[in-house]
Formats: sequence, structure tokens, C-alpha cells
Amino acid sequence: MTATADKPAAEVVDTVSLTIDGTEVSVPKGTLIIRAAEQVGIEIPRFCDHPALKPAGACRQCLVDVASPGPDGNLRAFPKPQASCTMTVTEGMVVNTQHTSEEADRAQKGVMELLLINHPLDCPVCDKGGECPLQNQAMSHGRPESRFVDVKRVFEKPLALSSEILLDRERCVLCQRCTRFSKEIAGDAFIDLQNRGAQQQIGTFDEDVLDFDGYRPVGAATVDEAGKAFSSYYSGNTVQICPVGALTSAAYRFRSRPFDLVSSPSISEHDSSGSAIRIDHRRGKILRRLAENDPVVNEDWISDKDRFAFAWQNLSDRLTRPLVRKDGELVETSWPEALAAAAAGIKAATAADDEGAARGAAVLTGGRVTLEDAYAYQKLARVVLGTNDVDSRARVASDEEQAFLGTQVAGTGLGVTFGELEKAPAVLLVGFEPEDEGGVVFLRLRKSLGRQQVLTVAPYLTRGAEKLGATLVPAVPGREAAALAELPADASEALSQPGAVIVLGERAAEAPGAFVAAQELASSTGARLAWIPRRAGERGAVEAGALPGLLPGGRTAALKGPRDVVAKAWGVDALPSAKGRDTAGIIAAAAEGAIGALVIGGVSASDLTGDVAAALEATGFVVSLEVRRSEIAESADVVLPVAPPSEKPGTFVNWEGRLRGFATAIQTDAMSDHRVLDLLAREWGVELGTGTVEAVNAELAALGAAEAAHRPAAPKAKAARNPRAKKGTAVLATWHQLVDEGALQDGEPYLAGTGRVAVARMSAATAASLGDAVSVEVSTEVGAVELPLVVTEGMVDGVVWVPVKSPGSWVARDLRAAAGAVVSVKGAA
Amino acid sequence: MTYDETTLAQLAEDAAAIIARYPVKRSALLPMLHLVQSVDGFVSPDGIQFCAEQLELTAAEVSAVATFYTQYKRRPNGEYQVGVCTNTLCAVMGGDRIWDELSEHVGVGHDETTEDGQITLERLECNAACDYAPVMMVNWEFFDNQTPESAKQVVDDLRAGKDVAPTRGPAKVCSFKQVSRVLAGFEDGRADEDQGAGAPTLAGLAAAKEQGWKEAAK
Amino acid sequence: MTDLVPVLSATWGAEQSWSLDTYTEAGGYAPLKKALGMEPGDLIQAVKDSGLRGRGGAGFPTGMKWGFLPPDDGGPRYLVVNADESEPGTCKDIPTMMSAPHALIEGVIITSYAIGCNHAFIYLRGEVVHVYRRLLQAVREAYEAGHLGKDIHGSGFDLDVTVHAGAGAYICGEETALLDSLEGRRGQPRLKPPFPAVAGLYARPTVVNNVESVASVPAIVDKGVEWFTAMGTERSKGMGLFSLSGHVTRPGQYEAPLGITLRELLELAGGIREGHELKFWTPGGSSTPIFTQDHLDTPLDYESVGAAGSMLGTRALQLFDDTTCVVRAVTRWTEFYKHESCGKCTPCREGTYWLTQILKRIEAGRGTEADIQQLLDTCDSIAGRSFCALGDGATSSIISSVKLFREEYEAHVEQGGCPFDHSASALFDYSDTPATEEAHA
Repeated sequence: MTATADKPAAEVVDTVSLTIDGTEVSVPKGTLIIRAAEQVGIEIPRFCDHPALKPAGACRQCLVDVASPGPDGNLRAFPKPQASCTMTVTEGMVVNTQHTSEEADRAQKGVMELLLINHPLDCPVCDKGGECPLQNQAMSHGRPESRFVDVKRVFEKPLALSSEILLDRERCVLCQRCTRFSKEIAGDAFIDLQNRGAQQQIGTFDEDVLDFDGYRPVGAATVDEAGKAFSSYYSGNTVQICPVGALTSAAYRFRSRPFDLVSSPSISEHDSSGSAIRIDHRRGKILRRLAENDPVVNEDWISDKDRFAFAWQNLSDRLTRPLVRKDGELVETSWPEALAAAAAGIKAATAADDEGAARGAAVLTGGRVTLEDAYAYQKLARVVLGTNDVDSRARVASDEEQAFLGTQVAGTGLGVTFGELEKAPAVLLVGFEPEDEGGVVFLRLRKSLGRQQVLTVAPYLTRGAEKLGATLVPAVPGREAAALAELPADASEALSQPGAVIVLGERAAEAPGAFVAAQELASSTGARLAWIPRRAGERGAVEAGALPGLLPGGRTAALKGPRDVVAKAWGVDALPSAKGRDTAGIIAAAAEGAIGALVIGGVSASDLTGDVAAALEATGFVVSLEVRRSEIAESADVVLPVAPPSEKPGTFVNWEGRLRGFATAIQTDAMSDHRVLDLLAREWGVELGTGTVEAVNAELAALGAAEAAHRPAAPKAKAARNPRAKKGTAVLATWHQLVDEGALQDGEPYLAGTGRVAVARMSAATAASLGDAVSVEVSTEVGAVELPLVVTEGMVDGVVWVPVKSPGSWVARDLRAAAGAVVSVKGAA
Repeated sequence: MTYDETTLAQLAEDAAAIIARYPVKRSALLPMLHLVQSVDGFVSPDGIQFCAEQLELTAAEVSAVATFYTQYKRRPNGEYQVGVCTNTLCAVMGGDRIWDELSEHVGVGHDETTEDGQITLERLECNAACDYAPVMMVNWEFFDNQTPESAKQVVDDLRAGKDVAPTRGPAKVCSFKQVSRVLAGFEDGRADEDQGAGAPTLAGLAAAKEQGWKEAAK
Repeated sequence: MTDLVPVLSATWGAEQSWSLDTYTEAGGYAPLKKALGMEPGDLIQAVKDSGLRGRGGAGFPTGMKWGFLPPDDGGPRYLVVNADESEPGTCKDIPTMMSAPHALIEGVIITSYAIGCNHAFIYLRGEVVHVYRRLLQAVREAYEAGHLGKDIHGSGFDLDVTVHAGAGAYICGEETALLDSLEGRRGQPRLKPPFPAVAGLYARPTVVNNVESVASVPAIVDKGVEWFTAMGTERSKGMGLFSLSGHVTRPGQYEAPLGITLRELLELAGGIREGHELKFWTPGGSSTPIFTQDHLDTPLDYESVGAAGSMLGTRALQLFDDTTCVVRAVTRWTEFYKHESCGKCTPCREGTYWLTQILKRIEAGRGTEADIQQLLDTCDSIAGRSFCALGDGATSSIISSVKLFREEYEAHVEQGGCPFDHSASALFDYSDTPATEEAHA
């Protein structure tokens, strides 16, 4: 496992020399004056300027005096001050900012005075107070008193642009950072300037606000089911970049002052990008999270889920004390008692019976675990419990996927990076929805809109894919392999360009043969492969070997050679050799009563298609390591509380293969999974060696990556055939919407309100076969889901798509079906 | 959307004709807003939605444009948009007085419509007829050299259902919806109707002739 | 006394002056045929040599503007005619298009041919529907006569013209705001660079010209460069439409060589109305600093007017006599700028909002001496600081009127109200009931 700094490519750039306030500075050609000034520590006041957005020159705050050499070589002063945020430097330019030019100083003070004439004196009640660029710059570049004695323009406040984003129009200085971000970066032009002149304001189309005479509410901001005014997965970024308190978030409004907060850098636990975030907390409680600037990973942005979904770790069901079941009830106990009970219970449940038959133990880690946690779980499984029945994939998985991960992903260090994804001339997405499953990956891809060809193998073109200008490679769910094998010639040509990338999502595991086909495509075109799973812990779990057939570093558990290498490192004689079961296999076996003991980490029962309740019921002894008293914890025999990411140090490995380490943000006595497991192992007299982050990383470093011969065999699978179309059935397509009812989004109603309305999608032809239906009932023998029907142009026939975990649509739990399965469909009025 | 099938079909046909005039379809937005105004008598939320769908924009982007320009009305407009120029020159020449008397006479103020839905009053900015001050526009037809009496007479005649001719323009003032349709780019056959060029327009020509200028023989 | 030179206005008095027949009978479209026989490069040179300067206010040399287009790269380039005439006092393009739309059309065709444009646009303000009818018809007539369309008169040159109606925004007269509006957006000005010649409409090379500039081209082609340069002054060549309005006896459009004086024009127009004297006037619309009787003999060309402290602009000569309150006039102009401010930049958006309130208080008699100074200070924060020239234009009348008529502002302050009788400046009689507060926006 290698550390992760990008090695900068040696690039020769043209530089330009100029003088700013008497200081000479050399900067690359094309640099804006305002950026050049920052390089020598000169801060020119500004509002509309932002390094990640195209220059606007609207606020006029950054005016400076500029003189540049004319064609005769003599310095010619510009007759009026210039906006430093829109002017690029030229050789020999002389710039005088407010520090050295009275004219520039006067101009800036004048603009500041004008900004404040209509700005309300909201500071005492405004969220931004204390961290407000307008306050700060008014102090340093403004007049102490206003000369405005007339009437300010007023607006009713606040406007809810969405359930999460609130707008106080009076405070807005019309810098347009929010509208520019929304349109340029996120592609969601749901807010725009409205009205003109002094009445100009930011807004959605809201007929009440804009005084349109509507016969009835129009509502929908888009044609489809969004139904929300400011419907963007990235809307929270506008709150962060707003230079005043005009945009605030409902979750944080009026809650705190910045000087009360402690800021701790961390990594978001919501997806596999490992976005850098800042956790602001006060007296042990998280009040808000912001994006940290990380030019290599998430740049200046995070998704709304990254930003707002943190209430889950402090709800009323938060576990702080171990629980042991006594007389049918879970009772709080001490740690020593709980650990002893856990060990005793596991030993008893896995002991040989009178005939000498013994049931084994199994470990489900869940996908939220850190690298260190995952390592500890799989080591516990193999060293203490003597089993390879360990899996981190709480989703549809396959042996083909495991083989792929072991040969192409594990122990390969940094693979395709965000930067390379951005620069790729062509990108093929397989089983991966850029917005809903990718978060900031989507933003990075969108940066190259117009310069990058995006193709997506999917049943229909989602809004996110449309925003990338993607071409649909239509595929029936589960049959993506066939689509890959029959890729049109121009697509293959595009992928043959140097730098092209094929992105495989975790849903590629739902398509037999997809990994094989993707690898073939990669070798024939030269495109590189990138695997982007959904959960933060997935890649780390692969590296740590928390899969049934993988050991740390990509070693296969199926061969003696690699098993012995690891055994030696761990100081044991041998590792278990019996083939391990994956999550589905474990659940199925448990439901049949074949599993003696289960050790389960952060897994939501409702995410699994297997009969989890039956599995828990039939298992001899269940130990749950959980942050919250979840459904699984409720059924366990022993519950050991573990820390959420904010209360422990650890590492997430992002999809690039980059180590994203974070320190403890909030000090509590909660322990990480790896520490708890270390304590648990001692009950068997085993020194697991996973007590600290350092210890685990040392072991991983020592183990290193597997040599080729120790890796699993290349993936093999046959592509699935299309099912025979029967009337009244369709093939199920399903995936997570970014904002949905996932467990880590619990307890945050403002964020939930921004989620897209759940609908069922079908092609026109398929919808027609249901008659004149307004909604669809999708059912299996287990249950049904009914959702409003949206006819989707260009969608593959014979397919029905529903969101996998949105209100009214919990597919795994209610249908017990996965994508690719044949389900019954019936029209409803 | 509350447009019935026939209206929607006609709108779509007209929209297609408008879009065809431009290399990039977003350019059709301004005339298309005039078009929906010609159907609804104002830019309705349905009209905004229609334009958004036609041009693949969000409703916010369409309303951003609809709320920027003063000719797009947000409430059902009167049959006749009666505007009195109160920019400096016309105001000084008597436009202020015309506005006061007309407003009092009709009983509504700026951007307000009479109960019978006939007249919407507006204080206008310079309409490029300064040599004909004080100027009034009715549905964007010129009513030059107005006095309070003449302005009131025009409005009374309109409300009485009479045909009223502008001082420079077609034979009679058409309805707000009809005129909006013209602004959307659809000819109404009245281009040759004329009330005469007006003395100010020909003032220089007359003075030149007095100086001895002769039209060149061709 | 300078002779008037009807060129664009020559046919305005004819029967059905706007029709193709009338225009053709008077010699129209002969210049087009002549131009099609010339090399585009020579046409551009001719316009450069003529010294024609943009007649939309800025006065930028037209031929030079055409010359800024980059070499042909195989992609489209556009001519956009700015027919958004909205500058208070300006009223020359509307009668041109109403009475002789073909002068503009022919100019468009020749200009498009010269610059290599195959799709030209005429952006007409929306508040003049009869002018729009005339333009639509003129374009149709031109197509029918083979002056537009494919392979015009066998020249191999194709041209389509789209007449586009605006919807009420003075700022769309600013060329980059016009382009944004033509693209279907809010009419807010764009950053320059890139200049429209390099990246204009749809980011393609574009020439934006005023109606009068384009309509002058056929005459230059027809009568020749020498004919044009024989008129006007050293650096302000040719003729232009001078629009006289206000307290003048015979207001109207007077086409004259550049450099004529107001004294001369007044004589031709019957002088200021009987019993009154000229008090103040604008040489080029409300955005230009005001002049007084002291400037009656200032030649009306770009250089002389500039040297005298104002701008020739659009030659919109608004003439106000001694009955007119300067404060009232300036307040109303300022309200105009506030109403029309697009809102993009702080100085213009907030500044006009503030200036209007101060001026209204002063006019209503609730102003102070400090307010007069504040007017100047606020103008100082706008002029030269705003994103586009609307901000500068808003300050012109304020700064110049305080300089020239400060005592009138002070009179409002000291007397607690306007010392003038508004009814005296109206062109009709009415009894002296004071205008209500309602009269102000």
C-alpha cells in the first residue's frame, strides 16, 4: 500500500512578470490580476470573484489602477480603474491596489458604500456573522458610517428555495456566485437572476414571489418528478460560497456562531470519493459540515449528502453502552461482561455437537467500515473464528466481481485519478450513475463537458447523464455484458484514444459477464479501468481482504501459497482453506440454520435481498457492532457500541486507491470497530494486533501487495441471456438516488425534503401495455411497490425502473429482488 | 398545463416557425414569450412552462428572461395597453399632466387594469417619438402630440368599442393579443396602412426644400 | 448657413414611401447591384475611407469596426443591426424604418456582403409595432424581389435576414447586452474582451451597427466616398439626422452635415417657441452632459462637442426653455436610468437607486445642502466604476446640471419646493392645480 501524493508532471508554462504595489511577481500567462496579487500576499477585496468560477466582473469591488506598456513601450495608464478579477496580466504591467493608489482606494470604498445602502443590518441575526466576507471587507475597505438616509429596498424573507436552502434576498449582493455555480459546475439552472435593476434578485420560478398571476401552482422545476424548486444535489455549495448571509441552510440556521465552533478536517463517509470536509462542532455536537478545498480530489465542492447528512450518528438510538440479552431483553452491561458474553456465546454456538458436527461463524462487516476496521474484521474471521465467511459487500455481489477486484484493484495503489478522469477524452460508464452514485465524480466529469465523450451503459439516460451530454448504450439490466460486447464501432474508437477510461460501478456485479467484457474491451481499446463503488469502505475492504475469497493485498484465499504468506505474517500456522461465502451466501446459509455465530458490523437489514430476519432468527448467536440500535442490533445477543467516523481516527481508501486518513474530530470514549475486535479477540487469548490505527497500518504495510501468482484467477463468467418477455412482467432496474432513505441520511428532514420524488419509469411502449395507467404496481411473490408512472423517452422496452430505497420504494426489503430480476407489473389508476 | 389540445398544437406550430428563424434555438425565447402573451393576454406560468419545454430550459431560466423586460406582463393585461410617456421631455411638454388626468379619469394607476378588463395604464419610458411630444402609445401604436383631452377621448372611444386610429400606424389599434402576435413575428397584413408621416418627420425635408434642395431626378 | 442634405430622409415624403416600389423608383437597390460587382475588401476600404462613424452614439469608425473581423475560418459571421433606439431624446431610427425601411435593408445586404455574413439580424425594440410590421414586410418584399435569399442577383452571395423584436429594455441598446438578448437571455452586458468582432453572437465574429450607420452605406456606395467626405468636418465626415425636440417651434428630423450648429438648426426649425428662450439642451440624448445658450455655436461634430465638455452621441437635441425646471428634468432622467439599470453591477444598480431618492427629495423640497454634495459624491462612485456606460450616462446630467445650475438645486432646498410652474412648460394649457406626488414613479 503506497502513499498517495500525485507526482506533478513537469510542465513548461509561459510566465509573465508584472509589478503589484511595487512588488515584482512572475505568474503563468493568463493569470488574473487578482490571483497574481494573492501570490504576493496582497488581498484585493472582492465578492463575485471565485477561483473556480468564470470571471464576472459584476460587483466592481476589486477595482485597481492599472498601467500597461503601450506599443511604443511607454507605460500607459488606463483612464479608469479596472476590475482585477477579469483582467489578465500582461508583461510589464504595473498595478496599484488600494494600498498604493488613492484612486483605487476611493473606488473600492465607493463600491462598498453602495453595497451597503440596501444591505439590511441583519448581522445580529445572520448566520454569516463572524465569518462574513462583507463584514470583513467593510471593516477593512469601507466607511465607518453610511451617508444613506433614504429608504432601503426590502423583500419578504426568507424564501425557501428548497427544504434545505433558504434565501434572504435583502442580504444578497448579486454577486451571482450561486447562479454561476449552479449553471456552470452543477448544470442545474434552477436559480437565476429575476427582475431587473434594484429589484433584481436570485430566485427560482415562483409565481407568488415574482408576482405572476397563476391559475394554479405549476410547481415542477423540471419536466419530471423532481417537483422541487431548487432541485440540485449540490445546492449546499452555494451556501458555502455565498459571500454574505443571503443563502443559508435550514439545518444550521440560527444554530451557532462560527467563533463557538471547533473546526476539524475530516473525510466524508457517504461515498467512495473520500471528499475532504470540515466538521464544525460545539461541545461535542456536530453543527455543520463544509467542503474543504482539495484540488486533487473534490476541488471546492461536496454533494449535499456529504454536507448535510450527519445527524444519523446522534439520534436517540445512538448506542453508548454494550448490551447483552438477558431473559429475552437487551440490558446495558459493562465492557468486560459484554466481551466475555460475546466470546462465550460464539464459542458455544460454534462448538461441535454430540455427533461432532459444528456450525461455523461468519462475519458481515458492511460497507461503511474504515480500512483498519475492515482489516480487523477479516483477521478476526480467519484467525479467531477460523472461517473465510467474511464479506463487506452489503449489496449484490459476485465471484466474478471478487476475481476482478483481486486481479485489477486490490494492491494496485493509485489507479485512474480524478484528474485523469477529467482529462479522459472518452469515458464509458457501466452500471454507474454519475450523479446519483458518484457525487463529486459527476462534477469532475462535467468540467469536461463538450471536450469529453461520455457513454453510459444503462436502461435509460438519466438527468445526470444528460447533463454530461452522454450517449446511451441501451442495456437491459443484468445484460450489460452483451451491450459491452456489441459496442458500436464509434464508441470503441472513442475508447481507443489515449487516456480513455471505463468506469465500472458496483452494479456491474449485477450483470454476469460484465467484468469479463469490460476487461476485454479495455485490452482491445487500451482504455483504463476504474472501479467506483458507492460506499466509503468498499475499496478499503478490498485492500484489507474483507471478502470471502480475498486476503489482504489482493491475495487469493484459494491458494496455499498466499495463505501461508499471510499466516506467517500473522504468526499462525495456517489460514482456513474452505471456500468462503459472500453476503448473500452467508444470509442464505444462516436462514437455513447452517451458521452458528454471526458477527455483524454496520449493515442495514433493509439493504439486503435475503431474508435477514430469518437468518438472525436461525443463527445460534449474533454479535452486533453498531453505532445505532439498528434492526440487526435489536435482534442480536450482544451489542457492542462502536464509534462513528467523527469520533475516531482512521482511513478511507477512495475509489482512486488514495488513502484518505482522518483524525478524531470529537473526543468521546467510543471505540473503533478494530479496537473492539482487538479486545474481543483477547477472549480467545489472541493478540489480534488491531488495537490502534498505527498497528493496523504497520501490518498492512508489511504485508504489501500480492505478487501476480498469488492473486485470484482472472474473472470468468458467462453473459446472461435476455429473459423471455411475458405479458405483465418486466425486468427490474433499480439503483440508489443520491438523496434517499439510506440509513446514514436518517434524522435530517431538510435534506430529505430535497430528494427526488420516487417514480417508476418505463418506455412508452411498455407503459402502453399497461393500459391507461397513472401509476404502476411492481411486485414479486414477496411483496409489491406502487409508484407514479413516468413514461421515459428512449428507455429500453420491457424494463421498469424504481429507486432502490426512496419513500414508498424499498426494493430489497419489499420485493426481495435485485436488478435484472423479472418482476410483475400492473397498471393502477 | 391548462392549454387545451388545439391551443397547444397551434402554439407548437408557431413555436416551430419562430425557432426556425434562428441558428440557435434559445434565441427564439423573446418572440416566444410574445407568442404566449398573444394567447393568454399575459405571460402566464403555463406560458413559461411551455417556453421552457420548447427550448429545453428550466422555468427559472425562462422567468429570468420574462421578468427582465417590461413588455412582458405578469397579470392578465387589458385589451389595450395605454402608455403615457413620462420621461423628461414628454413629461415637461405635458406628459405628467396627461398622466395625472388620464389616471384619474380611468381610475387606475401604473400597471393597473380597469375592472372591465379594457385598459391597462402604464407610465412609459422614451418611445423614440420625442419630436411628437407629448406621446402616448396604445398597444405600441403611436398617439402623438397628445393633450389630456385627446388622451381621455382615445381611451373613452376604445372602451366604447369604437375603432380608433393612431396618429402614425395602421387603420385602427388592434387588441393587445393581436399586437403581441405581430411582435412574435407573424405579419397581420396591416403594414401598408398609414396615417401619414407627420410634420416633424418631414420637418427637415420641408426646411431643405425651402433652402432650394430638390429631389434628385431618377 | 449650412445646407441641409436629405439623403436617408429624401424619400420620406413620397406616396407609400416605405414600399419597395417607391424606394426602387427613387433609385433604391441600384447601389446593391453596384456593390455586388465589387470585391468585399474594396467595399470595406470604401467605408473606411468615407470616415463614416457609428451613428448610434459611440461614433466608432464603421469601416474600422468591419476590419476587426478575423480572417474567415469557415464558420458563420453575423451582422446585427442595433435598432433598439431608446436613448431619451433619440428619435431618428424609428422614422427611418417607418418611412424608408428599404434603406436599412439595402444597407444590411451591402454590409453583409462586405463582411461575409450570410445571416443578418435586425434587433428592433418591441415597443414600436408598426415599425416592426414595416420591417417584416420590407424583408419579405426584398426576398420576393431577389434582393435576399440564395445567389442574390447571380452573385453567388446568400443572405437571410431575421427581424427580431425586443421586449422593453433600454440596456439592450448596449451592443453586448443586445447580443445576449438576441441569444434569448437577460440583456446584461458582457465582458470585453472578447470583443464582438472576435466573439459576438453565438461566440462568432459579429459586427453590431446602428440603423443609421448601415442605412448610410448604400448612399456611400452610390454617390461615392468623395461625396461623403465633402460633408462634415475633418474627423466627423458625412451627414447625420439631427433630432430636434422640446420647446422648439418646428421639432423634427433635420438631416445635415456633421458640424452644423444648434443656432443654425434653430433658425431652420423656427427657433425656440414664441416668448421664450433656450435654457438648456442635450447634444446627444440624456446620457450626455447638458449644454446651455453658451454652446449655440459649438459645431455639432464629435471633436468639437467633446472639447466643449459633452458628447455628440445620437444628435438627440432636446431643447428646454426658461419655463423648465432643471431639477425636475434631471430627476426624471435619473428615474429612467434606475428603471432601466440591468442590475448586474453594484455602482449602477445601487447608485441610481440612491440618486433617485435624493433627487426626489430635493425636487419635493425635502432636500438639504448636503444632499447636493452627496449627489456628486455618489456620481463619483458610479462614473468610471460601472460595468458599462449606462452608469456613466446616468451621472452626466446630474454632474453637468449641478455645475451649470447649482443655484436651482439650492433654490429647491431653500424654498422647500420647486420654484417653477410646471404648467408653463407644457405645450398645452391647463389650470394650475399642482401635479400630485403620484406623478413620480
